[in-house]
Amino acid sequence: MLPAAFEYHAPRTVDEALELLDQLGDEGKVLAGGQSLIPLLKLRFASPAHLVDINGIKELDYIEERDGTLRIGPLFRHKAAERSSLLASRYHVMADAAPQIADPIIRNRGTIAGSVAHADPSGDWGTVLLALDADLVLRSKSESRTVKARDFFSGPFSTALKPTEMLTEIRIPAAKAQSGGAYLKLERKVGDFATVAVAVHLQMDDGKVRAAGIGLTAVGPQNIKAERAEAALRGTRLDDAAIKEAAALAAEAAEPKADLRGSVEYKRNVVRVFTERGLKRAYERARGGG
Amino acid sequence: MSMGQSITVTVNGEKRSAEVEPRLLLVHFIRETLRLTGTHIGCDTTHCGACTVLVEGVPVKSCTMLAVQANGQQVTTVEALAAGGSLHPIQAAFKQEHGLQCGFCTPGMMLTSVALLKENQDPTDDEIRWALSGNICRCTGYMNIVKAVKSAAAQMSAAAAVPAATAAARS
Repeated sequence: MLPAAFEYHAPRTVDEALELLDQLGDEGKVLAGGQSLIPLLKLRFASPAHLVDINGIKELDYIEERDGTLRIGPLFRHKAAERSSLLASRYHVMADAAPQIADPIIRNRGTIAGSVAHADPSGDWGTVLLALDADLVLRSKSESRTVKARDFFSGPFSTALKPTEMLTEIRIPAAKAQSGGAYLKLERKVGDFATVAVAVHLQMDDGKVRAAGIGLTAVGPQNIKAERAEAALRGTRLDDAAIKEAAALAAEAAEPKADLRGSVEYKRNVVRVFTERGLKRAYERARGGG
Repeated sequence: MSMGQSITVTVNGEKRSAEVEPRLLLVHFIRETLRLTGTHIGCDTTHCGACTVLVEGVPVKSCTMLAVQANGQQVTTVEALAAGGSLHPIQAAFKQEHGLQCGFCTPGMMLTSVALLKENQDPTDDEIRWALSGNICRCTGYMNIVKAVKSAAAQMSAAAAVPAATAAARS
């Protein structure tokens, strides 16, 4: 299968890329890892007249903690996340998710930011960013703005990103002591999209929940932030009753559709079970275990 | 509408230049422009891994990368494995352990395995299965594929140990 014809641009700097996007408007599309976009081009679900390939802008491949913020560049690939000792030691929900993205060959090329900008409701990283309460930096030639992950997703494959903008950085509040997370994903086989997945992040403070983040994958028109479940956990000691209540609220927040991966009831129940398990695992990790 | 773009890709150690359309996929550049047909097209939808090649030593599904994106880079295809006419240890091991039936997935399987063995000289069964989880064999010959990779690992470390032992004996 061949994509429809397009013109190809390989800018060397971010400014050059933004200048191109500014000129091209609706006709331009950013190409990062290409592991979602190229299949879409081949199926002709997308046929932009111009592709702006950012793979030549090497300084966009980074992860760093600075000024209380974890910063991730647009070319930071799934494989690098999988191998990051920083993520493994302090950002458990990300370290859990990374090796569960697609398959190892796709992870060699695909990027976190590309996956987020693609906004597949079955994508994993959007959910993780919702749980971590991330900010997304969207830059155009003339403007730079910061959008909360929960305001970024607006439907299947739809986001706040304008055609002239590029997602230039993902910002996550730096992990503090007594924080822990987990990502649980049910898939029919390795490399499949999630039937259901749940991301959990917990910030504990003297045995009480200071903040909780819960994200849901593949159970709605977009990645979902289970805000009522998060609110219910705040201030509790995370006892069995609190966990049960949060899990029930997360299951309520899910809007699954029946398909060949399962029925509505089944998927909702997986959300409930995974939220319980995820909270317990995150709690153990926040206490320095697991 | 779109113009040809000049690219130079180092394929199996040799610089190859061509004028290509930007929409040309790397796999078509390899198979049709360069006539290196050892790289197979299986699903054409980024699932099966039959078209896996190494780009700068890293396994990539060549149906999911544009040829223009390989400009200036090193690409390794299955044809490079039997350099000098003798089989690469991974090829010898796939033959010996019956790591293939129809052979369609084999080039991708071997290239992913070569990349794995470069990073991990003594992988466990689990590590091999994990590394190969993006390569699908529809003959379902996975047991023998895993055996073949283990056998190649053993042969390659034995071969690497010989010069080291010789050097140790000399010193």
